[in-house]
Amino acid sequence: MKMRDLTELAGRNLREAVLRNSLTTLGIGVGVASLVAILSLGVGLQELANKRLTNSGLFNAVIVMPRENGRGGFGRMRGGEDVNTSVPPRPLDDEALRELEQIPGVTEVYPEVRFPTGIKYGDSTYPTVIAGVPQSSKGSGAYDGIEGSFFSGPDAQEAILQIELAKQLSSDPNSLIGKEVTVNYAERQALPASADGGISGGFSVVPQEDKLRIVGIIDTEPATGAGGFGQVRMMIPLAVAEKLQAAQTNDLRSVLGGNGGKPNYASLTVKVDDPAEVEAVEENIKTRGFGAFSLLDASKNLTLIFRVFDTLFGSFGGLALVVASLGIVNTLVMAILERRREIGILKALGASDGDVKKLFFTEAGCMGLIGGVFGVVLGWAIGRGINFGANVYLHRQNLPSIELTAVPAWMVFFAIAISIGVSLAAGLYPASRAAKLNPVEALRYE
Amino acid sequence: MDANNGAAVRAEHVAKHYRMGETIVRAVDDVSIGVQPGEFVALLGSSGSGKSTMMNLIAGLDRPTAGAIYAHGKNLAEMDSAELAKHRSHTIGMVFQAFNLLPRMTLAENVELPLRLAEVDRAERGARVMEAIKRVHLAERANHRPTELSGGEQQRVALARALVNKPTILLADEPTGNLDSKTGDEIMALLTEINQSGVTILMVTHEQQRAEKYARRSIVMKDGKVVSDGVRP
Repeated sequence: MKMRDLTELAGRNLREAVLRNSLTTLGIGVGVASLVAILSLGVGLQELANKRLTNSGLFNAVIVMPRENGRGGFGRMRGGEDVNTSVPPRPLDDEALRELEQIPGVTEVYPEVRFPTGIKYGDSTYPTVIAGVPQSSKGSGAYDGIEGSFFSGPDAQEAILQIELAKQLSSDPNSLIGKEVTVNYAERQALPASADGGISGGFSVVPQEDKLRIVGIIDTEPATGAGGFGQVRMMIPLAVAEKLQAAQTNDLRSVLGGNGGKPNYASLTVKVDDPAEVEAVEENIKTRGFGAFSLLDASKNLTLIFRVFDTLFGSFGGLALVVASLGIVNTLVMAILERRREIGILKALGASDGDVKKLFFTEAGCMGLIGGVFGVVLGWAIGRGINFGANVYLHRQNLPSIELTAVPAWMVFFAIAISIGVSLAAGLYPASRAAKLNPVEALRYE
Repeated sequence: MDANNGAAVRAEHVAKHYRMGETIVRAVDDVSIGVQPGEFVALLGSSGSGKSTMMNLIAGLDRPTAGAIYAHGKNLAEMDSAELAKHRSHTIGMVFQAFNLLPRMTLAENVELPLRLAEVDRAERGARVMEAIKRVHLAERANHRPTELSGGEQQRVALARALVNKPTILLADEPTGNLDSKTGDEIMALLTEINQSGVTILMVTHEQQRAEKYARRSIVMKDGKVVSDGVRP
């Protein structure tokens, strides 16, 4: 029998016992819905985590550090297996910065400017670390939850405080916005080369102070280069930070490295247009004599963790689907008993065992398809409900809204395919049983 | 010997035995008959004589314990279940005492069913269904359901369904068994008309008078054996 005829007959048969078949299909739908709801939560959480990581600026960034002794920077943390020792190590200076900007896929390269400081507010001074932040960070999402505003310009004499420092400065952190703080820092002043032609590039350290206006306060700790987490409590525009010429920890290394007085950077952050290109850019940088690392491996591990999470919880949803599939077995076995005579008639009219089997298979498949579509819609609705509930709670806590669940297209197809697959598997036994019915006995059946 | 001899149906030493506990029931026991193309044969006998079993064996719905059945020279024993299904679809048409129409389908849909099973092209089906329905004089009832038809009309629908695939052999199992005398005669007249168009008819019945009136030849079975085989003068 042709597929279209099979489908028509199957549809007609399903409409005959509409209540029973609807309940069975509903069971499948609920099973699929639980699977979709759980998977959508898993995928939603994964997307949320990925988005947060991307917004943090680390996901699409490669941190470049000078390579030392054949190994470099964070390459050491990974055992140095990726280090290209055939290229001599190179200093991380302005020339290197401009070179890295030319690599395909790179959108921005900026140095890490970070220095220790003392913040004077009122009568007290608070030691902390300041980092320079490029203006492009504004659109990265890392400052989305900011109280106040981002820097008004790339060279504005402004500062953003991390909430912990703000709390130290005032019991009402938000009241700090618009206030001025004094920053004490050590300015690096280059010394002239010695008359006897010895080592040049030395510097002296002169105490300086500058005034900055607080424009924003953030809860999170945005990445500000290698090792930025957990240390930086004040962010200022990168251009301002560079202009201050504050002495940094790598300055001593520059002097001893005999770099002719040119400033060397502790690290450079290379922003890549597409996170998928991070690995290629990282490899490219390593071939140029620099050490480089990215959080690509971390993201891969994160994906793995979510996959395990999805599989574990998805199996619970799958269990509900398997239980629902028993309903299909029951419904079809009942249908065989009720339609015994009909099966006999079909065989007398020329239906083969295969035709009968396919007919019952198609009925099971139709229930799976309808249940699958219904389940996807129901699962999506449950996901929206979870999302709504979570956001109501977050709003009450004065926290921004989030998308906790997601139903991508692949999940829709996957869920419907699983539903049809499980239903067909459930129809295997009843279909075989129907096909094997003796037509003579079936025709005798009243 | 030529197994066919030009016969539409030929049964050679056919036996069908069932085991019921310790007892072996010989439903059909060493039956040999031949039916020539275009014949109208009545298979007579009382209940349990084996005539319906014989009809099921010829239809390929059941397989004999021993012996061989040929339809137009083809040995049914050599066919697998799919080939037997094709045999029922293309060579054999069947009508039953209980009509066996599918109640949820209309008259036209019931008649179309064998065409679906035979994978006849959709475009061709409508005309074939109407042709079969007109042949049994029910064109105006095409969209009615079996429950809206009388017994005689239902049997005519069953005849249309049996003929829609243009079979060469029509097997009728007590076709008038559920009908009153007048309606039964109408069905028999229709069967005669069908037979005259060249279709071989093997009709199982226990009504001797009707068999003698319409069938040219009567084969009588008793206890699974053929006890007489005679042609009406």
